[in-house]
Amino acid sequence: MAGKTYQAGVKEYRSTYWTPNYVPLDTDLLACFKIVAQAGVPREEAAAAVAAESSTGTWTTVWTDLLTDLDYYKGRAYRIEPVPGDNNAFYAFIAYPIDLFEEGSVVNVLTSLVGNVFGFKAIRSLRLEDLRFPLAYVKTCGGPPNGIQLERDRLNKYGRPFLGCTIKPKLGLSAKNYGRAVYECLRGGLDFTKDDENINSQPFMRWQHRFEFVMEGVLKAEQETGERKGHYLNCTAPTPEEMYKRAEFAKSLGAPIIMHDYLTAGFTANTGLANWCRENGMLLHIHRAMHAVLDRNPLHGIHFRVLTKCLRLSGGDHLHSGTVVGKLEGDREATIGWIDLMREPFVPENRARGIFFDQDWGAMPGVMPVASGGIHVWHMPALVAIFGDDSCLQFGGGTLGHPWGNAAGAHANRVACEACVEARNQGRQVEREGREILTEAAQHSPELKIAMETWKEIKFEFDTVDKLDAGSPALRVVNA
Amino acid sequence: MSDVMAYKAGERRTETFSYLPPMTPERLRKQIAYLIAQNWNPAIEHTEPEKSFSNFWYLWKLPFFGERSVDKILAELEACHRANPGHHVRLVGYDNYTQSQGTAFVVYRAGAR
Repeated sequence: MAGKTYQAGVKEYRSTYWTPNYVPLDTDLLACFKIVAQAGVPREEAAAAVAAESSTGTWTTVWTDLLTDLDYYKGRAYRIEPVPGDNNAFYAFIAYPIDLFEEGSVVNVLTSLVGNVFGFKAIRSLRLEDLRFPLAYVKTCGGPPNGIQLERDRLNKYGRPFLGCTIKPKLGLSAKNYGRAVYECLRGGLDFTKDDENINSQPFMRWQHRFEFVMEGVLKAEQETGERKGHYLNCTAPTPEEMYKRAEFAKSLGAPIIMHDYLTAGFTANTGLANWCRENGMLLHIHRAMHAVLDRNPLHGIHFRVLTKCLRLSGGDHLHSGTVVGKLEGDREATIGWIDLMREPFVPENRARGIFFDQDWGAMPGVMPVASGGIHVWHMPALVAIFGDDSCLQFGGGTLGHPWGNAAGAHANRVACEACVEARNQGRQVEREGREILTEAAQHSPELKIAMETWKEIKFEFDTVDKLDAGSPALRVVNA
Repeated sequence: MSDVMAYKAGERRTETFSYLPPMTPERLRKQIAYLIAQNWNPAIEHTEPEKSFSNFWYLWKLPFFGERSVDKILAELEACHRANPGHHVRLVGYDNYTQSQGTAFVVYRAGAR
């Protein structure tokens, strides 16, 4: 671009990075940020500043700008929209050319998009609401090592949600006692048990010992019930070397599935482990500790739908999604939005679910959403209705807290789940008729009857902190 | 602890719906109707119980592509059961969109309770 001359000094960002006439390319990576600017900063300038600082810009002009084609590489703020119900905040839409990012690296994408710009002085608060990954970029990522269909085929489970349970107390059990808890859950009818995320390799239970006792329990429960089972052996570790060592040992014991915490361990570790799982025929369960630090504040941080998309690209076969109905935060329509982003091949823009862009996943396999936290048999009808078959419903306290023990608790959950699935297939409204469906099923299952008597009074009806922005038809679930 | 019920040891199961009472003809009809309504392709598989852990059971004839009649599927299930009285017999709904099975459950359990 001969003809430009160099002028040192500070230019307004908007003179370069605000391009309202720009039509995004199919290959652009698109972002929607929710911005609250500092007083006196015009919206176009704030949006342009975010575009600049998350792409090619810095605070002053530099002569080396003229050695490249910045018009090709720069991010562009191309649209601004008001946020319903909030006069201070606005949405800024930014398009980034695909060549700004290393192929197959959500690490690189996040370093650019949620890096320095989040501490930028002209911005009071900033939240990355959504990202559109172009299909051309999706194709450079490995994605889930197996995906939903392959998991079903490996485990021979069709036409119903999977059932799991996180072993408690989450800290302090010896390896053998822990294996006992696993065995009891699985022989009672669950498909999976899970290491709590806090369990890595502490002095009270080193990882080798846990893996050995747990796998004895898994294999014995398989032989006795005739069904395939698994336990998410948590391979999250202080170093990648240690992580791979644990994964290899799990494989040597015949484990079908391992587990990883993708945010605390980081995307580099996660992507590496996902690749290892793909090469070794291993399912990968993903926990999301630290997500609420990033995604709960409605004005600042990263929305969970973005973290969901990043995980699907990085790789994982299961991902915790929230339950809508349990003890943890989660608005119903927003949750359905990010569940779709986990499972579906194509997700259209849908503001009522907080989805700002069409997202085409191409042939990338789907991630199984995991509903876990404070749920029990009375929640089953709503869970089956909300999550459908391609999900894993995990009852921790709701299994282990059964008055007759884990096996009976597992059995109760399995009966409740199958009864709800059967009723749904018959065309019944499982949420509305939940009480009748469970009561009918309990006539054949004393385990379920006692579970229903134990938990019927428990409700979780706190208000949601991070709601979809006003105007969205968010529903609240009220339990029986 | 006298009111704690001991969990029954060693009961074999066969995946979906095997924790509910055995299907009555009326309940079975509704599940077949659901499978057809989903536009899945019905298929029937059977096996000796001791081989049930394998992915591959014997395929009864071929999948009944495009079959919309509940009665015909019921008749094929019965025919398979009559020809293989000691076998598990399961009904599968092949979903060609997901390239997977939309559902699969055992209709005749060998040595059923």
